[in-house]
Amino acid sequence: MIALEQANKLKAKFGDLISEPAEAHGEITVQLADAERIGDVCAYAKAELGFDYLVDISSLDNYGEDPRWTVVYHLRGLANHCELRLKTNVSEEKSELPTITNVWRTADWHEREIYDMMGIRFRGHPDLRRILMWDGYPYFPLRKDFPLGGKPTQIPDVAFTQTAPLEGGPFVTTPGGKDAVEREPRVRTPEN
Amino acid sequence: MPTWSEIGYDSKIEGDVIVTRIDAALNWFRKNSLWPMPMGLACCAIELMAAGASRFDISRFGSEVMRFSPRQSDVMIVAGTVTYKMATAVKRIYDQMSEPKWVIAMGACASTGGMYRSYAVLQGVDRILPVDVYVAGCPPRPEALLDALLKLQDKVQHEPFLETLKKA
Repeated sequence: MIALEQANKLKAKFGDLISEPAEAHGEITVQLADAERIGDVCAYAKAELGFDYLVDISSLDNYGEDPRWTVVYHLRGLANHCELRLKTNVSEEKSELPTITNVWRTADWHEREIYDMMGIRFRGHPDLRRILMWDGYPYFPLRKDFPLGGKPTQIPDVAFTQTAPLEGGPFVTTPGGKDAVEREPRVRTPEN
Repeated sequence: MPTWSEIGYDSKIEGDVIVTRIDAALNWFRKNSLWPMPMGLACCAIELMAAGASRFDISRFGSEVMRFSPRQSDVMIVAGTVTYKMATAVKRIYDQMSEPKWVIAMGACASTGGMYRSYAVLQGVDRILPVDVYVAGCPPRPEALLDALLKLQDKVQHEPFLETLKKA
């Protein structure tokens, strides 16, 4: 399969930096050992391997584990319909990665969203500021230690927030219940 | 309790002259020309547009033009999710509307925050504005919005305008 060949070429070029390609559900994922080299890896992927489209950058909060952040890059080669996933880990003390806006310009807003929601900074980004929440909002909402209902804040003339009433907790469904009554979203605690 | 008189008109007796109270006449003019300020923020705005289009035709009820200028409108229809980021802008637009003004909160998100009980959504636009009519639905059908407009017209008709002036 094309993606596997491209992943193997990537591994051949960068050696120990890239892990063995893992396959799941027909998709290839490679792990990058050192997040600082992401710029070189992406530039090579775009120039030599034909991955000319950055589909998405997303981030994970591995709350309780070290390194805390995992940043996932989804690459696509439009000419040969080839998809590849690159994952890197970043520790919480550092919380910083080089940007890849010089490789794909679309990374600009993806990285701004990751900064806004998780607090991971991107070194060299042309304009790293919040994109969904407003400048001056003090928290990073998609971290696992941030409550769903939010925390009260106040910036006069800009915005305010209040805690949303959750009535005992998020209403969660049980997927795979036999009918709609069983699947109806109810307050669920981690025990059940 | 003061009695309101609707416009009582008997053409055999009065001919082309209608005798009524100022309150009733003024409120009748106001209720039949409520120009909406559409604060169309999300999916409810599509249903608002449908209510303004030809099949459901909000202008049958006097809302002839959707005036996007707050200075020229009477009722603000908040249609859609109000995020905290947008809330200051909505309040600012409401403040720029001139009296008398009313607010219709259209849909679940504008009424109570809807399905979004989260850090970014204002849990109901009535936390920042005085709402007159709430419309349930996600989104409410255009007929539901027209029903809300009719309820608002009832409310406008019964406003004791002259009483409040006399007190001041």
